[in-house]
Amino acid sequence: MIFLLSIAIGSLFAGAIFLMLRRSVIKLILGLILLAHGAHLLMFTMGDGGVRRGAPPIVDYETGAVAPGTADPLVQALILTAIVISFGITAFIIALAYRATQAVKSDDLDDMATTDRL
Amino acid sequence: MANHLFLPLISPMLASALALLFARDKTRMVARVIVLASIIFNLIYSIWLLWVVGNEGIQVTQGAGWEAPFGVTLVADGASALMLCVATLLMLVTVSYSFASLDPGYENFFYYPLLLLLLLGVSGAFLTGDIFNLYVWFEILLLASFGLMTLGGSRPQLEGGLKYVVLNLFGSTAFLVACGLIYGTVGSLNMAHVAERMSSVTNPGIVTVIACLFFFAYGGKAAILPLFFWLPTSYHTPPVAVTAIFSGLLTKVGAYSLYRVLGLVLQDELIRLAPFVLAVAGLTMVVGVFGAMAQMNVRRILSFHIISQIGYSLMGLGLASAIGLAAGLLFTAHVMIVKTALFFIGGAAEQVYGTGDLKKMGGIARREPLLSIFWFLGILSLAGIPPMSGFFGKLALLQAGINQGALLISVVAAFTGILTFFSMLKIWNEVFWKKSYGDMSKLPRVTPGLLWPGAILVIISFALGIGAGGLVDYSQMAGAQLFDRAAYISSVCGSNGCEAVVDLALR
Repeated sequence: MIFLLSIAIGSLFAGAIFLMLRRSVIKLILGLILLAHGAHLLMFTMGDGGVRRGAPPIVDYETGAVAPGTADPLVQALILTAIVISFGITAFIIALAYRATQAVKSDDLDDMATTDRL
Repeated sequence: MANHLFLPLISPMLASALALLFARDKTRMVARVIVLASIIFNLIYSIWLLWVVGNEGIQVTQGAGWEAPFGVTLVADGASALMLCVATLLMLVTVSYSFASLDPGYENFFYYPLLLLLLLGVSGAFLTGDIFNLYVWFEILLLASFGLMTLGGSRPQLEGGLKYVVLNLFGSTAFLVACGLIYGTVGSLNMAHVAERMSSVTNPGIVTVIACLFFFAYGGKAAILPLFFWLPTSYHTPPVAVTAIFSGLLTKVGAYSLYRVLGLVLQDELIRLAPFVLAVAGLTMVVGVFGAMAQMNVRRILSFHIISQIGYSLMGLGLASAIGLAAGLLFTAHVMIVKTALFFIGGAAEQVYGTGDLKKMGGIARREPLLSIFWFLGILSLAGIPPMSGFFGKLALLQAGINQGALLISVVAAFTGILTFFSMLKIWNEVFWKKSYGDMSKLPRVTPGLLWPGAILVIISFALGIGAGGLVDYSQMAGAQLFDRAAYISSVCGSNGCEAVVDLALR
């Protein structure tokens, strides 16, 4: 499972970088969304499996033993927070890009370089 | 245990919600009073916190009463108290500059609530003791800054803002990935706990990866050498007050986070990466100042100087010692004040002329002598000439550098100081000294509301230069606290360390 997930994360990052290097604003935004998904999946893999050292926070009150079948709830909480944040920022950036393309009358990033000139 | 560390977060949060209700023409004064009250409260609190931390050491608040490695912890040590105090002071001055300079349209479209949310995010980032919590505070301050950057919706703002948003978002994603990796490696996100467990990580490669990801993420927000392109393309587009507060706070939060996470949590890795950090610091200084020389616009020149000054902050980090961090903190606190002052004064001149183009400006020294005097004192401070505070900031950095045998970076830092002065004199010559080509008598005068925010910051810089002893002592105390992992861990988790708390909880 971890193997499949690693490939999925890798492809998400690769696709995101590829899209972000294009000149279109829409592709740039799609790239950012994919990048966020990749990061969330990466956090997901950090909960269980080999790399982790800490024990899950849910343990039996009496014995301190880890109950069978429990997943680490902390990574899920972290991902949930990160998803909400990236959702909000994506909404903002879509609105911003819409206004920017209206003002510049083009969705080519090379046309949005007036503030870079001397 | 001190529960008061929540106060500077609650006050701007409540005030921004209240100010939102009064963001209309008729009730504008009510909104202004609410905003001012909240910021003045924060300022008094942060000065008191500075005093408390100086006397009693590190202050810790455990969120909702959860013991340290389990809940979210707020920690105030010397570095965070110092940064919090300077940031709140800058916010107060910025708000009063905004009263004098902004169109009413801005106030109706939630300018002050956004400013308070920016203060909230910045204060939270300075006070938190949890790495994921730091990510959340960063997102709050970034989202507020996105709003401020693009408020107004002119074409340059939208173009610059889009780049600003995209590059900062990219940095945030790297931050998130690093958070995930750190949790996967050590199983905790509390800074004290991570610092404690870092020493027993068996795979050193993953720690290097994490440190480099953090360096990339915070470095992008702090505008270090290869990652600064978002800054000069966007910082001159919003109103002057927004640029000034951005220059004082945003990149410096990045620098502070570098200090906190690399200097404290990943300290062993920082010592290993120190030559690399110093190289980036030197290049950032030089490239920033050369970039400034090519520009012909007041705020663009100042924007490039922000990059150059970040190089100095990074130099303090790269020295990887308590003295180095202390010197870096001293310099960062000084540059936050002076940089914001220069943006206010340059911005006031720009607002009078209606343009920031050096070629079209001129003759302000004769027409506005007070403004010119404060500008000149400000550039003396930025360049590091006594008795202004910049001298002591640079002196501390150079002393630390030479003591540790980092001669090359010290030479580069001294050389960059001269170039900085040279480049600032260009603005002096073009804007203030040379004769005006046009008829100046029809231009509006600089109102006191535009003059005094910059002037008071320059006076503070002068006072800090005269009374530098106290500030130097405080920054050395803060640097020692920042570099002392054992003391940090024992004040957050108790004298037995975080691992003992976990063992006790799990039995």
